[in-house]
Amino acid sequence: MAMDETKTRYTIPVGPIHPALKEPVRLDLTIDGEEVVDVDVVVGQVHRGIEWLGMNRNNPIQNIYIAERVCGICNICHPFAYVMAVEQAAGITPPERAEYIRVIIAEMERIHSHLLWAGVAAHEIGFDSVFYLVWRVREEIMDLVEYVTGNRVTKAMFQIGGVRRDITEEQFPRIRQSMDYYKSIFDQLKTVFLDDRTIRMRTRNVGILKTEDALKLLAVGPTGRASGVPKDVRQDQPYGGYADLDIKAITPDMLTGIVVGDVYDRIIVRLLEVKQAVEIIERCLDEMPSGPLLFEQKTAKLLNMLTKAEGEGIGRAEAPRGEVVHYVRLEAGRETLSTWKIRAPTYVNLISIPVILKGGQIADVPIAFASIDPCMSCTNRAIVVKSKTTNASPLSYRELHELSVEKTKRLVA
Amino acid sequence: MGVVGTLFALLYLGVDRKLVAHMQARVGPPIVQPLRDIRKLLMKESIIPDGSLGWLFRAAPILCLVGSAILLLYIPIFGQKALFEEFGDAIVLLYLLVIPSLAFVVAGFASSSPYATVGAQREMVIMMSYEFPLAMTIVAIGWRTSYVAGANPFALSTIAENPIWHIVGPAGVVGTLMLLFVLLLVTPGEVGKIPFDVAEAETEIAGGLLVEYSGRNLALFYIASAIRAFAMSALIVALFFPYNLSSVIGTGVSALAIVVNGLFFLVKVFVVMFVCIMLIRAAMARFKIDQASKFYVLAMSLVSLIGLILIRLDTMI
Repeated sequence: MAMDETKTRYTIPVGPIHPALKEPVRLDLTIDGEEVVDVDVVVGQVHRGIEWLGMNRNNPIQNIYIAERVCGICNICHPFAYVMAVEQAAGITPPERAEYIRVIIAEMERIHSHLLWAGVAAHEIGFDSVFYLVWRVREEIMDLVEYVTGNRVTKAMFQIGGVRRDITEEQFPRIRQSMDYYKSIFDQLKTVFLDDRTIRMRTRNVGILKTEDALKLLAVGPTGRASGVPKDVRQDQPYGGYADLDIKAITPDMLTGIVVGDVYDRIIVRLLEVKQAVEIIERCLDEMPSGPLLFEQKTAKLLNMLTKAEGEGIGRAEAPRGEVVHYVRLEAGRETLSTWKIRAPTYVNLISIPVILKGGQIADVPIAFASIDPCMSCTNRAIVVKSKTTNASPLSYRELHELSVEKTKRLVA
Repeated sequence: MGVVGTLFALLYLGVDRKLVAHMQARVGPPIVQPLRDIRKLLMKESIIPDGSLGWLFRAAPILCLVGSAILLLYIPIFGQKALFEEFGDAIVLLYLLVIPSLAFVVAGFASSSPYATVGAQREMVIMMSYEFPLAMTIVAIGWRTSYVAGANPFALSTIAENPIWHIVGPAGVVGTLMLLFVLLLVTPGEVGKIPFDVAEAETEIAGGLLVEYSGRNLALFYIASAIRAFAMSALIVALFFPYNLSSVIGTGVSALAIVVNGLFFLVKVFVVMFVCIMLIRAAMARFKIDQASKFYVLAMSLVSLIGLILIRLDTMI
């Protein structure tokens, strides 16, 4: 390996603005010809200070609004986890009907997110025809979401203690119609993605994340499941309406019999999850209990109750990208949250990126990076700008650890 | 002739975009869109990056456009003899086809951008890969024609007078079909369309070779690309389908014959472009550089070699 020292390696920055990325992140690739030798991930390009707003300006109900806007596609799972955290902290139990409605819209979001991802992945490998085709299929779920919630992207369904809008019996036929459409088109989608030779050429044995690495690097969501780690929050710690349904984590060996952990396997996992989501929605429609939608109808009363509440809560939800965790702490007499910490799934999956990209070609970078379904808007990191010298330096692991230990001491004291 | 050819080349690019859009269930831009694109590009500022080799950076697009336009003067278009017929035959064309690609490579290396460097490297690899099947095809046809018209077998007018299908037997027909197949697949690589547009991969290296180009320089490259697609298709027509409609429907030598021949030529070029550029573009993903290279060096070379052997066997039977 010593002979490689004579070859010049250079660094190509991918991002923060790059056609391969749908959201700003910087990957500094060290390449040797066409092979990627090292990757440095620089995040924090979309930091918007959401947690600060939640802790200093907004009351818990207003926080739902900004929790939804952590990310456009993760528009349900973030408020889902947040609302569960607050409910746990305040000791509120939402009614059953609300739980089922939450599951339905969460699964609708999952279908939409996976179809969007499939189109983007096709575009990354230059297969625009499939991109247009899949996004046309995606229009159906967008129309359904608009029919049920009133908007295509930001759905505003969550409220602490329940949901804001009902899914009535009159709306069921339209939902079933969409689900039938997806069931009918699923085989065609499977053929297009899994049987196409050029797609297989670009995705098989590309961007491999082995099972041991996935376990060590704590990969979550379809990224982890495609590497054979059968972790799914809906299966391991069922929340809300999922407790009534038996969700099984989907791994690629259900379809092909083997687990390789490459981009192709991730396509398999996401496609099968679309099918699973359709089945879940239909089951929820069949078994929908009747009852109220909210724990407390009057918002002012709810806010009063939350201001007086004291406690901490953790909400874990299975976002389309993996496990999203919201930690919330309420203090009696304080209108804003005392503490709010969001841990988005992409934050964890990004750690796997150097392992996934190393040894591959530059041509593999966009599709391999896109295969973890990165949602940068959900991610952030702290950069300390030393104002005297205007020197921006990222905090090292040790510094971050020391800072967080100090903060815990302050919180506990 | 060159100007008319350029105009049609741009219109055919427009048709390409429109048809591919319809294949993808979209509406697509109007057919005159490439002309609008060029007008827009000419109005924009031509930025020269700081670290680039200024003179080379500016010279490359001109070289590319001249190289592509020259092709139109050596290939018989619109059913007429090529303007510079006497000066160049298929072998000269083989060399001329390299010039625009080389200009692209030079442009990539002259831009001081790592993306452009990677793109230029890829373009060089693809160029080297498809040269062999391309040369094999042209040599095979010229060689076979030399059996019939020994004088100037590689001249495109000679090939036009003795269409290859007429002078080969059944084994040769199979061989010629294989050569046609090879040339149809070399064209997307030559012209830089999916699945062989690795050098300009938009999602991977942000436009690759041409990433630093803008304004007038980019407009010149744009026109050059369009002309290359048209010229390659015209070359395929000249080598494999050099028939003239006027002789079939017997209009004799007149203005009508010229018009009829011209229109028939346009139809033939359209069919060739449809098969090798439009259909393939809509139906496949992009290859990686090693996959593209292996495809040409291994698969296509083998097919063209077998085609050549079949044509040789044909003469012996």
